[in-house]
Parts: sequence; C-alpha cells; structure tokens
Amino acid sequence: MSIEIRDLHKAFGSKEVLRGFSATARDGETLVILGGSGSGKSVTLKHVVGLLDPDRGEVLVDGDRVDSLGQAELYALRRKVGYVFQFAALFDSLTVAENVGMGLQRMKEYTPADRERRVEECLDLVDLEGFGSRMPAELSGGQRKRAGIARAIATEPDYLLYDEPTTGLDPLTRAVIDRLINRMKEELRVTGIVITHDMESAFRVADRFAMIHEGRQQFEGSPEEIRETRDPVVRAFIEGRPELIEEVG
Amino acid sequence: MIWRAGAALKEVDVWLGLTLRQMTKIGVDSVPIALFIAMFTGIVLALQASYTFTGAIPLYFVGVLVGKTMMLELGPVLTGLALAGRVGANISAELGTMKVTEQIDALETMAYPPVAYLVVPRILAGIIMFPIVTALAIGMGIGAGWLTALQLLDMSTYEFMHGLTLFFLPFDVFFAMIKATSFGFMVTSIGCFYGFQTRGGAEGVGRSTTQAVVISSMVILVLDAFWAVTLL
Ligand SMILES: Nc1ncnc2c1ncn2[C@@H]1O[C@H](COP(=O)(O)OP(=O)(O)OP(=O)(O)O)[C@@H](O)[C@H]1O
Ligand SMILES: [Mg+2]
Repeated sequence: MSIEIRDLHKAFGSKEVLRGFSATARDGETLVILGGSGSGKSVTLKHVVGLLDPDRGEVLVDGDRVDSLGQAELYALRRKVGYVFQFAALFDSLTVAENVGMGLQRMKEYTPADRERRVEECLDLVDLEGFGSRMPAELSGGQRKRAGIARAIATEPDYLLYDEPTTGLDPLTRAVIDRLINRMKEELRVTGIVITHDMESAFRVADRFAMIHEGRQQFEGSPEEIRETRDPVVRAFIEGRPELIEEVG
Repeated sequence: MIWRAGAALKEVDVWLGLTLRQMTKIGVDSVPIALFIAMFTGIVLALQASYTFTGAIPLYFVGVLVGKTMMLELGPVLTGLALAGRVGANISAELGTMKVTEQIDALETMAYPPVAYLVVPRILAGIIMFPIVTALAIGMGIGAGWLTALQLLDMSTYEFMHGLTLFFLPFDVFFAMIKATSFGFMVTSIGCFYGFQTRGGAEGVGRSTTQAVVISSMVILVLDAFWAVTLL
C-alpha cells in the first residue's frame, strides 16, 4: 500500500509547474513533502487521486497507475483515500456533522446510528465536540480545517493525504493534529502524505521527506538525512534562511 | 456534460432525494415571482385588448386574446425569462462557488460523482417544475385578465369565458408545456455548465453567473421562435 510518484510533469498553459518530480510514500509510512509556496505541492497531491492527470510520468497507488484507471476503479481507489484540502473545502450547504458523515453514508456497513457515533468520535478527535450542528460558514478558519480533517479520517481510509493540515492553527491544536496524524498511522497503518511549511510539525510526523524545487525533486530521505544535508536549497528552506541560496547564486 | 448527466441517471440513490430538494428550490420558491409577473401581464393584456378593439370587434375577444397570448407566448416566455434570472443565476453561482472553493474536487475525492450529485437533480427539477410554475402563471394571468375585464371593462363573466373558450385547443396547453419543459431543461443545463466552468475566485463566479443568465435568456427566445416555427 504505497504511493509512488514518478517523474511527474504538469503544465498549466505555458506554465510548467512540475517538471519531473518523484517521491515515494512507503507502506504504512508518512511522507512529508516540502516546497516553497507555489512550487506545486497541492498540484502533486491532486494527481494521487486523479483530480489532475499528468502530462508525463505517473502516480502508482498500491501498484496501480492512477491515470489509467477506469471510472469505477478510480472511485474504488478514492473510497480508500482521505483527502484534507488546503482550504478545507467543506460543503457549505451541509452541517459540519453532515460533512463528516458524507463518506460514511455510502458505506453499507454503517447504520445511521453507527454513522452518528462515528461522526461524534471524529469530531472529538479534532477537538470539535458539539460543533456538529453548525454550518461551515459559522466556523473559524482553523475549525474549518479541523472539520476537514475529521471528514477525511471518518471512513478509516488506507491512505491519507493532508494538504497543509496545521497551517493557521495555534501551537497547541497543531500538536493535537500531529498526534492525530501519527495515531492514524499507528492504529490503522495508514500510508500518508503530508504537505506542510511547518518544520516543527514536519519532524513530528515524518518518516521520510521529499522536497520540490523548480518542479523537480530536490531532496528525498529520512529525517536524519534532511537534518544533516548540505544542500543549500534544503537548508535555506528548513532553517528559513534565504541567504544560503543567494550565496550559491 | 449532458451526455454525462444521462449516464449519471443510473445512480438513483444519489440524485433522488436531492432532486426533491432542488424541486423546492427551483420550483416552489419561484412561484411568487412568476405569479407576480403573470398577474400584471394579464391585467395589461385585457386593458390593451379592449383599447385596441374599440368597438370594432366584439368585446368577448378580450377573452380570446388574453387566453391565447398567455398560453402560447407570454406565460411560458415571461416565466422562462424570470426563472432564467432566478434559477440560472442561482445554479451557476452556487456551483461556481463550489468549484472555486474545491468543493467539487472534494466530492470527487469522496467518490461522489459530481454530475450525478449536482447536475442531474437540478436538470430534473427544472424539467419537472418549469411546466408546473408556467401552468400556475398562465392560470394567474388569465384570472387577472378576467377580473380586469369584469371590474374595468364592464364585461360579464359569460362574455369573457365565451372568448376564452372560443378558439381554445387542447394543443395550446401541450404547446405551452413543451415550451416550459424545454426552457427548464436549457436554463438548468446552462446554469450547471457555466457553474462547472468557473475559474478564479469571486470574480469568476460573477462572470459565469452573468453568462448563464444572458445565454439562457437568449436561448429561451430562440427556442420560443423555434417551437413557433416547427409546431404552429
Ligand atoms: N487549476 C490550475 N490552473 C492553472 N494553474 C494552476 C492550477 N492549479 C495550480 N496552478 C498553478 O500551479 C502552481 C502550483 O500551485 P500549487 O497550488 O500546487 O502550489 P503549492 O505548492 O501548493 O503552494 P502553497 O504552499 O502556496 O499552497 C501555482 O503557480 C498555481 O498558480
Ligand atoms: Mg498548496
């Protein structure tokens, strides 16, 4: 149950966003993808569930090439994936509880009572107990984000894709979410990809790191390796020191 | 997209409940505006008819004119145009917002086919509710015309009804319903199309909403002429 991104190319018009990016999330591990704003992290993640098709290259999920799946197979894959959108993407005509329960609704093994219980449980996990009957518009940005996480984990998916799960949250909530990400991995053996700018979070959840720079893979390795790397682009990014790149030119 | 909507029809469990909700939103909630327009149209038609006839033509022709015009032309077209503004704008703004806030992507990732979930219920609701709203509007227009004839034109109910039924053909009703059904299909399809096409934030939503209204209004007028040419 791995996710392999191989030589991914994607352009929008004349704008080449990805120019051969590769990275692998191994079975039961969490891969953290780093990269500057606008470097194509969200675009990469969308390829994993077939929201975008690559111009060249491929994404393999559990060995299956995503862009060659038929409609039915693609939907079968998506049922095994939880996706946390960067801006939550809650359905704003539904309550928070309905949002979280939406994936469960199509799973026959859940009775309405089971579903309600599972929704409560997921809202508890992201510290949103009692918010079920609110509309998304009545939540703060951080609450919305957490509701999005609850929605993604509700169906106990095999894969979880988190697009900046902790951006905009306070340090305490961030720690709660990081712990939740680790718990999903340990208890459910979830294979995960986490996009983040937040290095503290990144080190808390990562089994491996990959970095996108100018559309390609700048780095891939373990947390120890990224701490010790001499690559100035990576160092500049994780230490927040742009001068390191400028020195190289 | 229409082809995909057809294919999505087999996902009955997804769209059935949603269609009922859309029928309320598209149909029931549009009744007041449609009746309002029809009422004033009926009044004006009756007054204009009597003004135009000025004794040269028997007054019961007011009934003919109000009935025929409401049924064949103004009932369906004015209702269609009003709903193009109300329903078309509503659909494209709602779906457009869902598109730019990635809610449609989210539906995809949760394995809900967006076409079955969003498009089919709206088009079905349009096809079902436009004729119903139009029928009510026609009734209101004729009723308003009758009251006007009674109160302002010194006609009797007998005279008005005589005119109303004189040239009436069952085909007229069929013609009105064909028009209304086709308008319902086009307004909702165009709204969905521009909603799904939306790119780039609030400005994009505004742009696709305007386009949906303008294009569906034009399509209504063209279709109206098309039915007149082919069916009359
Ligand atoms: N659907 C699209 N159409 C056109 N351009 C797009 C589209 N999606 C993304 N882009 C462009 O691709 C580039 C990468 O976008 P992406 O959202 O992947 O960035 P990111 O790495 O996630 O950045 P951030 O950290 O700010 O979220 C951006 O320049 C963006 O403008
Ligand atoms: Mg992003």
